[in-house]
Amino acid sequence: MRAEQSGVPTIENGAPLSAANAAPLPTLVIEPARGRFSLQLDRLWAYRELLYFLVWRDVKVRYKQTALGVAWIVLQPLLTTLIFTVLFGMLLEVPSGDVPYPVFALTGLVPWQYFAGALTRTSASLVGNAHLITKVYFPRLIIPLTGVLSGLVDFAIGFVLKAVMLNIYRIQPTPAVLLLHAFLLLAMATALGFGLWLAALNVRYRDIGYLVPFFIQIWLYATPVAYGSTLIPEQYRWLLGLNPMTGVVEGFRWALLGQAPPGRLFALSVAITTVVLLTGLVYFRRTERTFADVV
Amino acid sequence: MSDIAIRVENLSKRYEIGRAGTRHDTLRDALAGLFRREGRGRSEAFWALRDVSFEVKRGEVVGIIGRNGAGKSTLLKVLSQITEPTGGRAEIHGRVGSLLEVGTGFHPELTGRENIYLNGAILGMRREEIARKFDEIVAFSEIEKFLDTPVKRYSSGMYVRLAFAVAAHLEPEILLVDEVLAVGDAAFQKKALGKMGSVVEEGRTVLFVSHNMAAIRSLTSRALCIRRGEVAIDATSGVAIEQYLYEFQTSTAGAITSIDYYRRELMQDTPIKTKDIQILGNSNEEIAVISMGEPFEIRLWLHATQPIDGANLTITLRNSRDERVATIFSWDYGVEISVSPGDHTVIAKICDLSLPPGAYYVDVGINQDTQTRAYDVISGFPLCRVVSENEIHYWPDRPWGAVHVSNVIWRINARNTP
Repeated sequence: MRAEQSGVPTIENGAPLSAANAAPLPTLVIEPARGRFSLQLDRLWAYRELLYFLVWRDVKVRYKQTALGVAWIVLQPLLTTLIFTVLFGMLLEVPSGDVPYPVFALTGLVPWQYFAGALTRTSASLVGNAHLITKVYFPRLIIPLTGVLSGLVDFAIGFVLKAVMLNIYRIQPTPAVLLLHAFLLLAMATALGFGLWLAALNVRYRDIGYLVPFFIQIWLYATPVAYGSTLIPEQYRWLLGLNPMTGVVEGFRWALLGQAPPGRLFALSVAITTVVLLTGLVYFRRTERTFADVV
Repeated sequence: MSDIAIRVENLSKRYEIGRAGTRHDTLRDALAGLFRREGRGRSEAFWALRDVSFEVKRGEVVGIIGRNGAGKSTLLKVLSQITEPTGGRAEIHGRVGSLLEVGTGFHPELTGRENIYLNGAILGMRREEIARKFDEIVAFSEIEKFLDTPVKRYSSGMYVRLAFAVAAHLEPEILLVDEVLAVGDAAFQKKALGKMGSVVEEGRTVLFVSHNMAAIRSLTSRALCIRRGEVAIDATSGVAIEQYLYEFQTSTAGAITSIDYYRRELMQDTPIKTKDIQILGNSNEEIAVISMGEPFEIRLWLHATQPIDGANLTITLRNSRDERVATIFSWDYGVEISVSPGDHTVIAKICDLSLPPGAYYVDVGINQDTQTRAYDVISGFPLCRVVSENEIHYWPDRPWGAVHVSNVIWRINARNTP
């Protein structure tokens, strides 16, 4: 399906005329998709307000439904940090470099929890919004995008918590803090890339819904959140690089705590995320026309 | 510029039953599915739409009728870009808005105010457009006092009113509407119908799916009847409806529409209601077609939950132009409905009424007196079709009047005869 401006000769570069009678009518052509692939970013842009409202709905509903509301967003990383500190920091004595273990753990946990939340929401998003998909047209990409964007509010709150903690421990962020948004972007792109695959597959195979929490749990252990990558023997460390979240977590620790920069493995992380995101977009766009029939 | 708003050419939509249609809702189903994979090749194709072609002129209001599952909703879904066609093409000239359901995307946790914005955005309205029409929407919905209450606390009536109010303020050049008027109570339906009527008067192009023949008749000038995915009838609304109802009545599967669909103003815990309405022919069996001039019987199945004493039964016959042809009050004939709890039948033999050919509908009301509300009202229930014995004289647009004069004595004289 594609939209095109009708070729009325009086219009130049498609700008709409104000006079009602002469106004060009947009022509919509509906036909089976041909082979060519298009992201339809123009349509996505046209529907940006819907994206805004859906993100707004997600955020609003999330805080309205819980008794503790915003307190949850603060408690979740705090409690996890506490458990990690007792378990890994005190009992197992996992090295945390030159910073106290709680700060070390929290710095990794905030981007990780954003990622885990975004991936969970994104992969369930199409099935969860089946009632919209079967009743209204809009670019379907908006739905997984909503899952990635609505988590940013939680992230912002977690980030404030982290800033408070850094202040308490009197730790000065390094100048690399200016690169934080790049690491956040990598986390978003990774969540979106995997989320697109999982969301589209979930429409057809509902088992994905059961697999995702398990998958994320394993992923947490494969990411240096509770431990540092220095714990892994040198010759196996490239394996961590296959996981884009390693780059994100290490990037956060580098920027905020002044630990070792992510290094060469970071390029591998970016490359993997790019591949997953691009293939995810293609797969999503290819299958989206049957969503309404199958979901 | 051409005056065509919608052009549909050989539009087809195929569903694969047994493959794409299979849902893997659980892990177990999916695993079981893995082992059945080789058997999946023989999935059946089902054509929900097949070579559908038609054109709609700008400003034209076209009704789409047909049985459940005939393909009406699929047609609107394809035109709304919700699902992709398998073949053919459609062109839509102008901004299009579709309304396949009211309240799409309403969230129970959000307030009425929040849902107006959310639902408006989902239907394709811009934020400033919603803000501009906000007061109008609220006034139409009559829920001012509950604007900041989460909609989960709304009654179903309030919910529907709010949802319809948002939808009714959608203003595209071309509107695709699916059966959204069949919501709410009778008073609100009337208001919704009025709103639709004003949309029509504004000269917008509308494609309107409905089972409500009265609405189709009053709002549209032309109707398409879809039968098994194909356009079976494309004619003026009156003709299309008559022909559709004729088929509907004469086929055995005709009874899929429940009588409750035609029920109006049902009191809470009404002591008596009509369960079914039938036409009996000479041999006392149920029929759908009667010959012009033949006597026929109307059989009503009533169910009483309390004893009823001395009630009146009203039977009103309407023709396809929604004109009252005859109204029969049982009281006029000295008949009162006095029954004990349980099921009862009432048969009224109509001995002396000659209806002209066409489709007929019936309203049935049961009331205790003329002051209080009726116990139960059925309105516009498709009753039967009257055909003239000489079908050779039948043509669809023939202007029969409201009554048929069965006995006319003609005298034809030559002018110069003394």
